[in-house]
Amino acid sequence: MAPTRRRMGLLTCLTLLTAAAAIGSLLLGPVDIPLPRIWSAMLGHGDQVTDTILFDLRLPRTLIGLAVGAMLGVAGAAMQGYLRNPLAEPSVLGTSSAAALGAVGALYFGLSELHPAMLPLLSIGGACLSLLLLFFLAGRSESSLTLILAGIAVATLAQAGIALALNLSPNPFAAMEIMTWLMGSLENRSFDHLWIALPCIVIGMALLLWDGRALDALTLGEDGAQALGVDLRRTRLRLMLGTAIGVGGAVAVSGSIGFIGLIVPHLLRPLTDRSPSAILLPAALGGAALLTFADIAVRLINIMNELKLGVVTAFLGIPIFLLHLMRERRLW
Amino acid sequence: MVMLELDAVGVTLGRRNVLGGISARFGDGALVGIVGPNGAGKSTLARAMLGLVPARGDIRFDGQHVATLRRDELARRVAYLPQGQTLHWPITVERLVGLGRLPHLGPMSRIRSQDTAAIERAMARADVLDLRDRIATELSGGERARVLLARALAVEAPMLIADEPLASLDPGHQIDVMDLLRAEAHGGALVIAVLHDLTMAARYCDRLLLIDRGRLVADGSPADVLTPDHLRTVYRIEAQVDLTGAWPTVTPLWRSPLTAPSKSM
Repeated sequence: MAPTRRRMGLLTCLTLLTAAAAIGSLLLGPVDIPLPRIWSAMLGHGDQVTDTILFDLRLPRTLIGLAVGAMLGVAGAAMQGYLRNPLAEPSVLGTSSAAALGAVGALYFGLSELHPAMLPLLSIGGACLSLLLLFFLAGRSESSLTLILAGIAVATLAQAGIALALNLSPNPFAAMEIMTWLMGSLENRSFDHLWIALPCIVIGMALLLWDGRALDALTLGEDGAQALGVDLRRTRLRLMLGTAIGVGGAVAVSGSIGFIGLIVPHLLRPLTDRSPSAILLPAALGGAALLTFADIAVRLINIMNELKLGVVTAFLGIPIFLLHLMRERRLW
Repeated sequence: MVMLELDAVGVTLGRRNVLGGISARFGDGALVGIVGPNGAGKSTLARAMLGLVPARGDIRFDGQHVATLRRDELARRVAYLPQGQTLHWPITVERLVGLGRLPHLGPMSRIRSQDTAAIERAMARADVLDLRDRIATELSGGERARVLLARALAVEAPMLIADEPLASLDPGHQIDVMDLLRAEAHGGALVIAVLHDLTMAARYCDRLLLIDRGRLVADGSPADVLTPDHLRTVYRIEAQVDLTGAWPTVTPLWRSPLTAPSKSM
């Protein structure tokens, strides 16, 4: 099949998969609502209970799931392309840990009680502060190695801050609240959360999608890319800003959700021509679909304590890694 | 026509003066070889010409200072074949050669028909059309060298800088690559190649620059540059230089006895 047709086929399949995940997320949940009631609610003739469940609970949750998943997918694909390392993921810059620290600060000092927007706003603030630190540490160098080292420093500092908050938490309930938030969830999210995260995610995705060609050029190494006209400093700047703003916004409303940024590009790479730019858009769609399906699983798996989204995505990641390991060892 | 001018070009990396006071002028339609021992500064000179390392002095393309040119403008004027054959993703040969068209495309613009035609021309010239659907990382060293050269040719720039294009190639593939570079030069381009094989350099190049410890020792025709005296001073070898054939052939004989090294920069 011609490469363009194959790409269009892949994008169409992923769009349908994402649409199926979104519809599933609206239909499925702990409360079983028959399809005709959902349909009449969609047409504006629904009863109050259905309207509340559908439009106040499930719709924002679905939209946030799609947006966060897309952001994590595209950020993972961009980081892997930039660092030329299939094991890179968005958290490598440390901004997701810093965003988590901002949220933990809001929980620790009780600021999240003042207003529902306090936690996501402080979380985005944490991501922005980490970006400043990243700029300071990475300097003006064009090398990707300095960026990784600076990212590790920022992530370690943020994780130390989170550990300190847990260590000093005044009682086990406060520590539990922090731990629960860190595990990631889309439960009880409203449109307010969506409006906080969405601008960050849109800006982040736009910055990352812009650099597809530069990521392709990096296949030849940094000298090769620069000789092809790529301004590596600007590419790196857009990548840092895009990841920090986008992933910061995502973490602010969903908590720390790992593996999506790592798994999705891995899963989709064999279905593309394997160039970094060819994975960006599919990774956005694949991330949106995978996170939404994982969120449906969270709702449907019926256990005493609510299962957290970050736990489900982590468990999803393990078989995929095993599959890759087996392929590498030619066991399958 | 003078395409490239170097005026007292110097490079300092860390605290070390890697290159100093290199001046030369290059016109179109010539294959120029840069030769010299390991660590002489050949690759640094090539990278300085491309603005990849900060350099002192003046580097001008068609009269314009390299620092005033935008990266994409420079990329359309000079194609670069970097040292080594590292490829970071297992992409197809056609996709790899297509990277050569990036300087002509905007960040979001699509490949145009003239780009497709340029990719086909480059693959035909490098004789890699039959490899187009192969994964570039799975090719043999010789195939990969031709594919990477096709990638550089796809830029269709008036100037090409190739850094050690013969490294790790067998004699047959060395001849293939040098034939291609010479054809490119005789087609009107300025081709500058960093080379280690002195006989290949003498056979193919119209002009040689001999560099030692960051300084230009000799600049001229292969017969003028590859003299036993120069080889003794620069490489510290005794060599037999045969000027009776169509081109000079250099046969290294043995190491020269150690003499006090000439004063470094």
